[in-house]
Amino acid sequence: MTLDFSRQLHYFWALLPEIVLCSWAMVVLVAGVSGSHAPGRVPDDNGDPTFDGGASLGWLSLAGVLLVALFNGWLYSVHEVDQTGMIAVDGFRLFANWIFLGAAALTILISFSYVRRQRLQAGEFYALILLATSGMMFMAAARDLMVIFLGLEVMSIAVYALTGFNRRDRKSAEAGLKYFLLGAFSTGFFLYGIALTYGATGSTNIALIGAAVAGGGASDGLLTVGVALLLIGFAFKVSAVPFHMWTPDVYEGAPGPVTAFMSAAVKAAAFVAFMRVFLVGFDGVYEAWYPVMWWLAAITMVAANLIALVQSNVKRMLAYSSIAHAGYLLVALTAANQTAAAGLLFYLLVYTVMNMGAFAVVLSVSHQSEERLQIEDYAGFGWAQPLLGVFLTVFLLSLAGFPGTGGFMGKIFLLQGAADSQLWALSIILVLTTVASYWYYLRVAWFMWMKDAGTPGHHDQVEAPFALRVALFASVAIILYLGVFPSGVLSFAQASVAGLGSVGGSLLGVGP
Amino acid sequence: MNNFTNPGAAMSGAYLPLLLLFTVSVLNAVGMMVASHILSPRRPTAQKEMPYESGMIPLGDTRARFSVKFYMVAISFIVFDLETIFLIPWAVQMRELGWSAFLAMTMFVVVLAVGLLYEWKKGGLEWD
Repeated sequence: MTLDFSRQLHYFWALLPEIVLCSWAMVVLVAGVSGSHAPGRVPDDNGDPTFDGGASLGWLSLAGVLLVALFNGWLYSVHEVDQTGMIAVDGFRLFANWIFLGAAALTILISFSYVRRQRLQAGEFYALILLATSGMMFMAAARDLMVIFLGLEVMSIAVYALTGFNRRDRKSAEAGLKYFLLGAFSTGFFLYGIALTYGATGSTNIALIGAAVAGGGASDGLLTVGVALLLIGFAFKVSAVPFHMWTPDVYEGAPGPVTAFMSAAVKAAAFVAFMRVFLVGFDGVYEAWYPVMWWLAAITMVAANLIALVQSNVKRMLAYSSIAHAGYLLVALTAANQTAAAGLLFYLLVYTVMNMGAFAVVLSVSHQSEERLQIEDYAGFGWAQPLLGVFLTVFLLSLAGFPGTGGFMGKIFLLQGAADSQLWALSIILVLTTVASYWYYLRVAWFMWMKDAGTPGHHDQVEAPFALRVALFASVAIILYLGVFPSGVLSFAQASVAGLGSVGGSLLGVGP
Repeated sequence: MNNFTNPGAAMSGAYLPLLLLFTVSVLNAVGMMVASHILSPRRPTAQKEMPYESGMIPLGDTRARFSVKFYMVAISFIVFDLETIFLIPWAVQMRELGWSAFLAMTMFVVVLAVGLLYEWKKGGLEWD
């Protein structure tokens, strides 16, 4: 099937996965307030035998994600007439969609017992996760700054609500408000950047912006300010230093599954849009934003890894770790070539899986609530719960980038991309900060295996139900597979970025 | 060369009337306030200084607490207010815009209807 966007109906075909996902989210929302989930029927763990803690809604949402994955696969048989439409139908978008859908599925799987224990309103919770995912898919699909903005808002507003979802918990409410206020502020930067870019180039279409910028048809001053403001907006969303201040507090306060979702999927969505805007739209002024991006990457890697060294709260440590990973990914954006772009997609996939896996184990240790998050609580955990202990060790090693895991291969591909653009200093910083990061990742493993639990039976109450185990097995399998046989997925990622910059004379494949 | 390929021309040419309108309206408003401030006679009495001159005598503090239910009504109102704002321009141009616009508006209304259904089921439409 060929799409011709001069016929408006064809937008419906191009957006079919997003439309299905939004509709499904509304079905879940309404199902959550009717029938056995009606608000009049107070969820009661003890008395009511029909109470399932929202599990049926969770499975319903999961079915929706799988259905959308089918439609996403179907889009591979669809082609656009030209690459200037408002909605992109290319491999880049579809690869990113696999990441978002995988992250959504893993989040739903690890949420079951948390939603039950915390007595969250399941219908709204799962519906918001689906809506946030659809926002991410819009961001990946957008070839127009306005569509990116809409996707960003759909995603962010759903995630603001999810952050403050556990309203009985003061920290959750505080995190929600903090994220909302700072997020709204950064949205202002982003929107102003769009406005100035439109003023400078006369278009909000990224392909046309790319053509105008490359052809020198853009006014310099306006464009520079516009690029800078867009850079700030994106840097906030990917939580790069110095725009990272909200991240530790929000990640610590948000409900556990939501933190996992935010640190993986929201970051992936922001990076995907970041890459399309800067590598397709602003490649003509690479010399202008390259030094800024260089410093952003360097500072993010160094600062985040140094601060993570002294964290004693595991959720907070993982928050700083996610900032550090944003730094590694910014290296790929600085390199701005084909290898780095494929490496970025590969790394986002690996990072999503390993981060979700680590959070899944953290959720089990914390009794599916917000307690026992200190690193001392992990003492003796490995010997008490060997399976979960081994899994968490694998995730931590992968986050650190240990050979044989997906995280190692991801870093190798990022370094290859950096080497193709002769970014030697940045590569050295990446390697050195990675070495430093071993300390705080392996410290958790050291507590798990080398320390004795203070009280016997300390880890007997660990809750890891069936759905969470499914997520853990899937994550470990993917990480080890990508660590040993990365070439299949890598060549898939390379094929996915192949046509990305063909309009507007992109830097992809050229290098500085 | 049109305005889209040369933004500089667009800035000075096409938007000049807008700038003039903006300037004139600001000057007009400021001028009226300044003029009335300078020209008007003022002989204040206690009666004249009241918030509602020759009206009701205010009782108590304005910052009274009132039920959160009113916010529910206000939020529901805003949703349907916005629906009207979207529907009226479309309704005026309905025949010219054709079926794809009809489809788009239908989707918009359906989404709102789902929102209303949710609010109703959740008990947001009940006062007690």
